[in-house]
Amino acid sequence: MNTITSINALQPIFPEIVLAVGAMALLMLSVFAGERSARFVNTLCILLLIGIGALIVWLPAGRATLFGGSFVIDDFARFLKLLTLAGSAGTLILSLDYLTKEKLQKAEYGVLVLLATLGMMVLISANDLIALYLGLELMSLPLYVIAASNRDNARSTEAGLKYFVLGALSSGMLLYGASLIYGFTGTVNFAGIAKVAQGGANLGLIFGIVFLFAGFCFKISAVPFHMWTPDVYEGAPTPVTAFFAAAPKVAGIAIFVRATIVAFPGVTHSWQQIVVFVAIASMALGAFAAIGQKNIKRLMAYSSIGHMGFALVGLAAGTAEGVQGVLVYMAIYVGMTLGTFACILAMRRDGVAVESISDLAGLSRTKPAMAFMFAMLLFSLAGVPPLAGFFGKFYVFLAAVNAGLFTLAVLGVLSSVVGAFYYLAIVKVMYFDQPAPAFQRMPALVGLMLAVFGTLNIVFFLYPSPLVGAATAAAKSLF
Amino acid sequence: MAWPVLSVVTFLPILGALLVLVMARGNGPIAKGTARWIALWTTTITFAVSLVLVRGFDPSSPEFQFTEKHDWLGVASYHMGVDGISLPFIILTTALMPICILASWTSVQRRVKEYMIAFLVLEALMIGTFAALDLVLFYLFFEGGLIPMFLIIGIWGGPRRVYASFKFFLYTFAGSVLMLLAIMAMYWQAGTTDIPTLLRHGFPAGLQYWAWLAFFASFAVKMPMWPVHTWLPDAHVEAPTAGSVILAAILLKMGGYGFLRFSLPMFPIASDYFAPLVWTMSVIAIVYTSLVALMQEDIKKLIAYSSVAHMGYVTMGIFAANQQGVAGAVFQMISHGVVSGALFLCVGVIYDRMHTREIAFYGGLAHRMPVFAFVFMVFTMANVGLPGTSGFVGEFLTLIGTFKANIPVATLATLGVILSAAYALWLFRKVTFGTLKPAVQGIRDTGLREAVIFAPLVVLAILFGVAPKPVLDMSSASIAHMLDGYSKAVKTAKEEGTKPAAAKAAALETSVTPVSATR
Repeated sequence: MNTITSINALQPIFPEIVLAVGAMALLMLSVFAGERSARFVNTLCILLLIGIGALIVWLPAGRATLFGGSFVIDDFARFLKLLTLAGSAGTLILSLDYLTKEKLQKAEYGVLVLLATLGMMVLISANDLIALYLGLELMSLPLYVIAASNRDNARSTEAGLKYFVLGALSSGMLLYGASLIYGFTGTVNFAGIAKVAQGGANLGLIFGIVFLFAGFCFKISAVPFHMWTPDVYEGAPTPVTAFFAAAPKVAGIAIFVRATIVAFPGVTHSWQQIVVFVAIASMALGAFAAIGQKNIKRLMAYSSIGHMGFALVGLAAGTAEGVQGVLVYMAIYVGMTLGTFACILAMRRDGVAVESISDLAGLSRTKPAMAFMFAMLLFSLAGVPPLAGFFGKFYVFLAAVNAGLFTLAVLGVLSSVVGAFYYLAIVKVMYFDQPAPAFQRMPALVGLMLAVFGTLNIVFFLYPSPLVGAATAAAKSLF
Repeated sequence: MAWPVLSVVTFLPILGALLVLVMARGNGPIAKGTARWIALWTTTITFAVSLVLVRGFDPSSPEFQFTEKHDWLGVASYHMGVDGISLPFIILTTALMPICILASWTSVQRRVKEYMIAFLVLEALMIGTFAALDLVLFYLFFEGGLIPMFLIIGIWGGPRRVYASFKFFLYTFAGSVLMLLAIMAMYWQAGTTDIPTLLRHGFPAGLQYWAWLAFFASFAVKMPMWPVHTWLPDAHVEAPTAGSVILAAILLKMGGYGFLRFSLPMFPIASDYFAPLVWTMSVIAIVYTSLVALMQEDIKKLIAYSSVAHMGYVTMGIFAANQQGVAGAVFQMISHGVVSGALFLCVGVIYDRMHTREIAFYGGLAHRMPVFAFVFMVFTMANVGLPGTSGFVGEFLTLIGTFKANIPVATLATLGVILSAAYALWLFRKVTFGTLKPAVQGIRDTGLREAVIFAPLVVLAILFGVAPKPVLDMSSASIAHMLDGYSKAVKTAKEEGTKPAAAKAAALETSVTPVSATR
């Protein structure tokens, strides 16, 4: 056991400490500076997130554990933390103009995002069940609040409440699962659990895993714990939806992967069937349920359910290639999500934000550049080469085929065909239909984000090796 | 080779597309003109550069030439190259593109800039498909082509364009994703997606059957073979003229190319095993779709069904797996590319004037349009397979090849020759002969631009018919090499399997078990 003797020993957790202190400081600042400073504080939040990202890159590489092994920092954690930070910072950048226009600009928003991000970072580094629960709750509580951040809007408050009630329930299940696992293995440490469960699982442990997974599935909105997603996505203010779609998903997948791979390698056979089922169900439901949607945010909710299913395909393989696939998938997913939500946030006509798919009609005539980027993002979400989304699917299915999960792979690719239908339907509205009145000019920051992620999405195939290489290294650190 | 010719040919059109994007600003007539001229120059230069490939190509060698290889994904590499099978298709693509651009010169007036960009991107992806020597790279080009074609049909197409474009996209996409899984399984088995390596690899029989079926799902849809051909008539009817030309002349050939590049040499045992299935489907395609073509009222639809029938000869010839059959199939694909492309251009000529494709609307065009009637006749005859035209050589060789492999199949397929004469001549008579219908009184004959479009195609259709040797020579060494490997593999498999039925059943069983990593 390493006792903390000096401040240097805490070095691996510096980013989290800086983030916590920074969030507190910004909260104080906003309280003293008043409402008018909201945009300034939120800008500082973005800078803080970027700074933390730089800090993570700058700190020495390698593996370190803290607090008696309950907090671990390795390549896997670093990769996903950077991804989470990018997701949080990206959605904050996207939200600045929107919040001002909708008169929702409050400093608490940025601070809550910071605190949620802190929770995600703890979650990603969690190496035992206690730290896992700590991170999960720190992540979830701010999310419940910001879902309801548009207080005067019934749908937003409904979204917040719904999310909170169901989230509390899932936390309860997760906690129950964790306690069962502790009860039947005698330890909360992932590596310790793995040692005890080496020989195979007893019934109690399996029950524990099932409940633990139920909690995870809720957080990443995988079927059958997805019911909250469409309502929350639709009800929450659009930048909040973007945030929900990006960063918490990354953290949720991260802990799902770390817990299953590190704590339960001995009982792979038991949990694999659960993950396979959840993956198939999510992919299929995401594909079929999205077809009938008229609201783009609701459609994105089903799309994200489907995408979590695809990411889980990699986890189902349970191999280093599979984890690598999950990581590549999540990185590309975050990029695509940010780009797509930049488009959705730019859907504003006569000062009012619109969110129905038919509002996009003829966008290729009125805003050709935006329509092109949006169409490419949609093709990418559908997994059509040579766009980035294809490579995400490629790596997860590559791992699934190697693991012999042929049924999963075949059902997965077929549901991607079904999924392609509704993405195409949006392209059709934008390109084939008669134009609706043009949208307002895109705010510069949103335009910038769309340009960056739209271009990355298209040219990713030219030079994929940095991301793939980093994902490979990150995946190896778990095995 | 000092400079990467193949990459230049592949990516020149992308450069042109970027140029169009930058240079053609606004929606005025000047921007339209700029877009058209840039597209024309780009495609012409691409064609000129692709002729460098022909000059430097050594037809006596079955090896891949002009190869380029760079690291790309960890799994796959950027590996390009051509052999005698792929080179003709690349030339066909580059040669037809300027013609397509010219054909859209006046008929496309809406969103010209986007149209030209879509075509140029499509050209790059098509050339890439034929030049890729890595499975993942191939898949990237193969599937990437769906996006521009989807937009071309959907934006510039006819009244039912939305339905047609969705059907086109989803059919092809569904077929291809299964191929992707097979590619992955092959990767884990062989440890690479490099095509030349895989060609020498020799896959276990169990994997071959499944992978063959997965590839077949993709190529059969693309080809298209009966019964998954139904997307083609819809897509053809709705697509703009140049879109139909590309669809018929090149996109369909990707299926045949795929069979030749992957199915036959990589899965010889499975190809041998499934050949009767392919023959059956081919014969049904030839006879059934010819009969369907007889009943059509829309000119484009008739030609579309005739395309399905002609592709039936191609699949039949390929799976006859002998020199005549395969050479005939390659030749038939090239010839059909020229002829069906030209027929769609003919339809485009009268459609531009009268805005209908209904056969009953036309009649007696020969009186007013003698030049057009002549051109249309040449291509109709080539489509029928009249000796002296390019269509004859392909059909004749595939039939000879099939007679060697299976006589009943070939006999039934020969029926198609008669049927194709029936529908093609019927169409020609209805449209050009008889009394001039009052509705088409004022129709003009072909102009200079249209003459420029047709002249090279007429020459090619006749030249290939009279002197097919250059084309046949280009691919013969590669085909012979491929068939050599094929027959050896089939022979070994037959010798090993003393009880073939039992062995096959066992093989199918083992293939269900996971393919272990061999990396």
